Amino acid sequence: MELDSLYQEVILDHYKKPHHKGLPAGEIQVHHVNPNCGDEITLSLEIKDGVFVDLTWDGVGCSISQASASIMGDLVSGKTVAQAAEVLREFTELMQSKGNILGNEEVLEDAIALAGVSKFPARVKCALLGWMAFKDAAIQNGAEI
Amino acid sequence: MSSILDVATIKRDFPIFNEEMRGGKRLVFLDSAATSQKPIQVLDAERNFYTTSNAAVHRGSYYLAERASEVFENSRQKVADFLGVAPEEIVFTKSATESLNLLAVSFERGTGSLAIGPGDEIVVSELEHHANLLPWQQLAKRTGATLKWFEMEQDGSLDLSAMDRVITSKCKIVAITHQSNVLGSVPDLAPIIAATHAVGALFVLDACQSVPHQPIDVRALGADFMVFSGHKALGPTGVGVLWGRAEILNAMEPFLYGGSMIETVTMTGATWAPAPKKFEAGVPNMAQVVGLGAALDYLSNVGMANIHLWELELTQYALDGLKAIEGVRVVGPQGIIDRGGVISFTIAGLHPHDVGQVMDQYGVAVRTGHHCAWPLIRKLGLTGTTRASFYLYNDFSDVDIFLESVVGARDYFGKR
Repeated sequence: MELDSLYQEVILDHYKKPHHKGLPAGEIQVHHVNPNCGDEITLSLEIKDGVFVDLTWDGVGCSISQASASIMGDLVSGKTVAQAAEVLREFTELMQSKGNILGNEEVLEDAIALAGVSKFPARVKCALLGWMAFKDAAIQNGAEI
Repeated sequence: MSSILDVATIKRDFPIFNEEMRGGKRLVFLDSAATSQKPIQVLDAERNFYTTSNAAVHRGSYYLAERASEVFENSRQKVADFLGVAPEEIVFTKSATESLNLLAVSFERGTGSLAIGPGDEIVVSELEHHANLLPWQQLAKRTGATLKWFEMEQDGSLDLSAMDRVITSKCKIVAITHQSNVLGSVPDLAPIIAATHAVGALFVLDACQSVPHQPIDVRALGADFMVFSGHKALGPTGVGVLWGRAEILNAMEPFLYGGSMIETVTMTGATWAPAPKKFEAGVPNMAQVVGLGAALDYLSNVGMANIHLWELELTQYALDGLKAIEGVRVVGPQGIIDRGGVISFTIAGLHPHDVGQVMDQYGVAVRTGHHCAWPLIRKLGLTGTTRASFYLYNDFSDVDIFLESVVGARDYFGKR
């Protein structure tokens, strides 16, 4: 079923038990919404010794947006700004691929499960919601990303 | 089963139903509250305008321009007849959204009793689509007027107990929907319109969800203005309607300035044509207006009373089916009293976006999210709903597939 390429097991796992989800505690908090569906995310993080730490987020949204934010938290936490920038770039490229690339598993790890999303244009924004909040928070914390 | 409408025959008039959806499924289109599908008669009317009558209306002195003007004005007459009003009271816009913005901007420029300023009050309700909230909210902000509103009850009705506090002697405009686009609920407008007129204010009816689906007598309703969109009534996109009482339209200031809307022009000033031309600057969406005329002909031939009854039968059948599905909750009104053919629902533990995605695998087209009525959704304590809306081309088999897809959505996530 075509649907199974969208809702992979790993996505539903993250959806049911999202990582890094909790009230954001950092000084700089970003709030992003998807105006099409009303999904929202609040996210905070810090940069210590050039590494992203203490990333927490909270929000409401569909399985894709929630799972994607959860996976994003795993992938950028503990990474240097340069490493996280590469993950962000690879993920954004995957989402814009319209199903034409599979994604670099070495960099994207669990996030390659979201490759199927790129075949559903209406859902790409869902998958990117948490990532765009991360990018915004990183920039507001002084990272060049 | 004897049927109010011959849906099989109606469906054949809509070419879109020949299209295959994902997985080769047939289209079960349950999003007519967002936009309707178009019968071949409407598509032919648009094409026919371009192939036989295309010229700028109300300008040329040549034969073709006369023909264009004639079919264009015929369409205005058809809209007027459909609503039971005079053609001079029908203004063509590009959308219902534009009709409402036209009113708000015109009131901002208004003089005398049509002026809006500090101390004045504008009233809406929590049921409103953003298109009937934001023009008034922003008008209030720009002019220093105060925006007030009727609150919504959980069943989708309006709380009228605060009538005297909401509509006061300071009130200038009351703008409320005829039917909620999210819940299908029909607010009790008669006492609101009476209170509006008792304080000398004007009543604006957002009829986007009612005009395409039921017989309407705007004069009997007592509204001063009414708007609807062509594309929700089998017509093309790009054409909306504003109806207003002639004496008010003629006293109002224009919205857009340009060709066709003037009486005289000098380098330093201008005077305006009488309504409706005063509000129709520029070459209008002619083919679309003609297409709307064909759409209203189509609806009249089927019969608006029949369409309304048919939609309520489908709604009752769908409500019964939904309520029998464990985990599903119908939001808003629970029966078919004071409602139209629109149903919003939630499935426990599932986000509407995910629900709609699974339903799409069955060929079922529904709307998910806040439906451009975010304050209403917040008031219900939700982040969104899944919405099914019915029209004359839907039948019981559509509802059966719809119900099957709802169970499918619930189980797809529930079992994994």
